[in-house]
Order: sequence, then structure tokens, then C-alpha cells
Amino acid sequence: MSAKMLMKGNEAIAESAIRAGCQAYFGYPITPQTEVLEYMSRRMPQLGRVFLQAESELAAVNMLYGAACAGVRAMTSTSSPGFSLMQEGISYIACSMVPAVVVNVMRGGPGLGNIQPAQADYSQMTKGGGHGDYKVLTLAPSTIQELVDHVGLAFDLADKYRQIVFVIADGMLGQMMEPVELPEMRELRSPPAWALTGAKGRPKNIITSLYLNAPELEKINQQLQAVFRRIEADEVRYETYLLDDADIAIVAYGTAARIARTAIRRAREAGIRVGLFRPITVYPFPYEALGEVAGRVQEMLVVEMSAGQMLEDVRIATCCQVPIRFFGKMGGIVPLPEDILAEIEAITQGKPALVAREGA
Amino acid sequence: MHEEVIISGFGGQGALFAGQLLTYAGLAEGRHVSWIPSYGPEMRGGTAHCTVIISDEPIGSPIIYRPTSCIVLNPPSFEKYEPLVKPGGYLIVNSSLVRQKSARTDITVVEVPANDLAYEIGNVRVANLVLLGALLGINPFVKLESVIQALEEHVPEQRPAYH
Repeated sequence: MSAKMLMKGNEAIAESAIRAGCQAYFGYPITPQTEVLEYMSRRMPQLGRVFLQAESELAAVNMLYGAACAGVRAMTSTSSPGFSLMQEGISYIACSMVPAVVVNVMRGGPGLGNIQPAQADYSQMTKGGGHGDYKVLTLAPSTIQELVDHVGLAFDLADKYRQIVFVIADGMLGQMMEPVELPEMRELRSPPAWALTGAKGRPKNIITSLYLNAPELEKINQQLQAVFRRIEADEVRYETYLLDDADIAIVAYGTAARIARTAIRRAREAGIRVGLFRPITVYPFPYEALGEVAGRVQEMLVVEMSAGQMLEDVRIATCCQVPIRFFGKMGGIVPLPEDILAEIEAITQGKPALVAREGA
Repeated sequence: MHEEVIISGFGGQGALFAGQLLTYAGLAEGRHVSWIPSYGPEMRGGTAHCTVIISDEPIGSPIIYRPTSCIVLNPPSFEKYEPLVKPGGYLIVNSSLVRQKSARTDITVVEVPANDLAYEIGNVRVANLVLLGALLGINPFVKLESVIQALEEHVPEQRPAYH
């Protein structure tokens, strides 16, 4: 028997958080991520940690805020409509500069939409989402192993920058099972010096997102922007696959990227030189690396389970150096490798794009 | 080796669990594996299916359109998947419930009265495993022993009476 175990994505999120030292989890059930709560409700009390089913996502995110202020590692998870409800609290957390982790297992939208996999919260997650000037470091796993690794990494990055960190997943990653190797259980970290732990015998700490004095708030904004510049300089992550000799570069993240990978293997068997550029952080987006790729391929194909949200970042990265096509599925439809292969073949035959909107 | 399997039936027939056993067996044999259920606003008695991929290569898409092997536990699953099995592939039919006959000549069709056989064994709930055994009998892409081992490791303790 291999050391790897088979885990459902949602359960892997929960166990990984526990092993990373998550001391408090707050959540509200919503498909397709409810197994995270289910798993946490069983495991967290066993370990003497906090599991709390909130009365709504608004409550959950504010509980997360409170736990983060108290200096414990804390997480919530949700799916698209619930994630929208959390935006106000996320903005407060960002301004307050406390570490926290939020996992969004995206589903079809807009509105209540449906419960099938989608990637249509990209803009909301990478461009701010709530009010005010902030951005959130967002990790985009493509396999269950990466989901495990990213949840652990999210806690570390949240601590490193004293900021909230997102993991962007979707219903397919949440529901599917794949082999994973889990990390060792880590020691719980003690509350940092800035945390609200009771001020007896020390000067009081104040954590707030309210600054009525404009110059003071400007200064906070400048501090935040400095953090985002550091994140943009140091935390860009991406992966390439069969890209070195490629004429066509597919750009995709998460679930769309792994489906593209199958299409690429089949296209390669047919002699088409196509490769993959996969952003692993979608904020910070790998603009520079993708811009370099644009200089050496003939065409790019952006594949998303949305109307074309990351497409805008690809356009910024490539500065119109190369024609860009877009292939997207919306509303909870997961593209098949055959769909992407057909699009690749259309490129090689000089045919117009098959689906969705035109490229650059 | 690359096998793409769909197992489909009514909710409660154990399509999803049979798929998990297959996935555990593939994992135990050192293959790349993935399992994904159909999920949606489900109801008791509705149709449920899962897709299992077992491969020597890392798995890209866990969702496939045309399976190389397929087990259908009920009539709606037969109607949906019989036309989709890849040429050269295998279709295992639960003939206790499925009255339709396949007219395809480019695939291997095996009809197994799985509910009846399971009843004879002593537990009608294991019809799913009767069919899984039939598939692996004709297309042994994982060893039967690996499935049995997976069964012993993954059947919840409160339900040990699977045979």
C-alpha cells in the first residue's frame, strides 16, 4: 500500500488546515464545499479546537476576523454566493492587517446560480472584491495535492504579510478524490505580539479598520500598498508544461488547466506544438513571465470556466504582442478535453474561434 | 495503461462506492487515479454516477465523455451510457433490472443478473460489487485482490457484513 491516501478535495482542505495549525474554523454550509464543515465539525472538537457553525456567512467572516485579531490561526470556507456575503468582513480584515485564510470553492453564478463547478469569481477574488483599496494573495490549486499544499502555504503567507489569503478552488476540486500525501501535524503557533490577548502588564494593542482622520487613513493605505508591492515582487508563482518548443500557449488555472493538460497531450500526439502556462498565484498574476512567453509563441488560447475574467490579465501581460483566443464555459459547465482540442485544431487550421467571444 | 470508467445507477445502488473501491485498488497498485461523483440537487432514487480514471500517466481531466469501461445498474443509465462507450470498450449491464439489449457490435457487452446473484449470495446490496467483479473478470486492469483489499480497508466498521 502506497503512503498516499485517497481524499476528497473538501476533506483535504479541512485536514490540511488542521495540520497547518488552524485553531478556529467558522463556516456556514453551502454546496459544493459543505464537506469542509462536516469534516471540521468532527475533527476540531476531537483536537480541542474551535469549530463553529455560524448563522450566516456574514457571521462566519466576522468570527474569523475576531479570531484573527486574537492571534490564532483561523479559517473559513464557502462557495460563491457565500463568498459575496463575506466581502465586507474581508475588507475589514484587510484594513486591520490580521492574518486569515478563506477558501472559495466556486460554483456557477451569477446570483444563486447553481452548484456545479465554475471559475467566475476570479475578478472578485483577485481585484479586491470588497470596498476600498486592497488586494488578496490568491493561490489557485489544480490538483487535490496542490489544494493540500496551498492551504498550508496560505496560513504561512497570511502570517508572513499579516494579510488575508485566499485559496481559489471550484466544485470539481471540492468533490473529486485523488491521492494525497498529507504534511505532518504542526505545532500550534503562539499569538503574535500584536494580537489582542489581554493587555495586563503590557501596553494595549489596538486593531481597527476605522480611521476617521484622513491623513491617518492615507498612511494605513500606503502601508497596505507597500505590502501588496512586496507580495507582487516575491510571491508570484506559475508552472509551465511542454511550453519550450510551443507555437501555441494555453493559459489556464485550476480545474481548467488540468483539463487543458489532457487536450495538450492529445494535440502533441497529433504533432501540434502546444504547451501550458498555468498561473499558481492569480494575485499576484505572473505578468512578467507570461509577457516573456508572448514574445516566443504564435498564438495564445485562454481557457476559463467563466466569460473571460483572467483573459483581461493575460491581455495586460502580453501587451498585444500575440493574437489571443478565448475559450470559456459558463454557468457550471465544465469543458471537456475534446472541446479544448477542437479549439487548438481550429487555431492550426487558421479557423476563427469556435466558441465565446473573440480574442485581442 | 489508461482506463476511463463510468459506473451509474439509482442512488443507493452503490455506484459511487464501487467506483471508490476501484480507485483505492488502482492507488494500491501504484497508478495515478481520480474519482469524481455526479453531484447536483440529488434525490433518493435519482440517478447517480461516478467517473474513475486509472492511468500510468498523471491525470488531467477527471471528467470524460466516452468511457472505455462502463457499468450500468439501471435502465436510465443504460440509455445514457450504452451509446457512449468507446469502440473496443466494455459495457457491463445489470440484466436483473435492465431489459434493453445493446445492438452495438463494436464493444463487448456482458449481461449479469447482478441483483439475483447478489440475493443468492445473501445480500442484495452487493449487486454493485457483482458487476465490478464481472468487469474485472473480462477487463482486468486492476487485480481482483486489490479490490478485495480495498473492501476490507474501506468498508465502515459498523457495516462489516459485505459477504
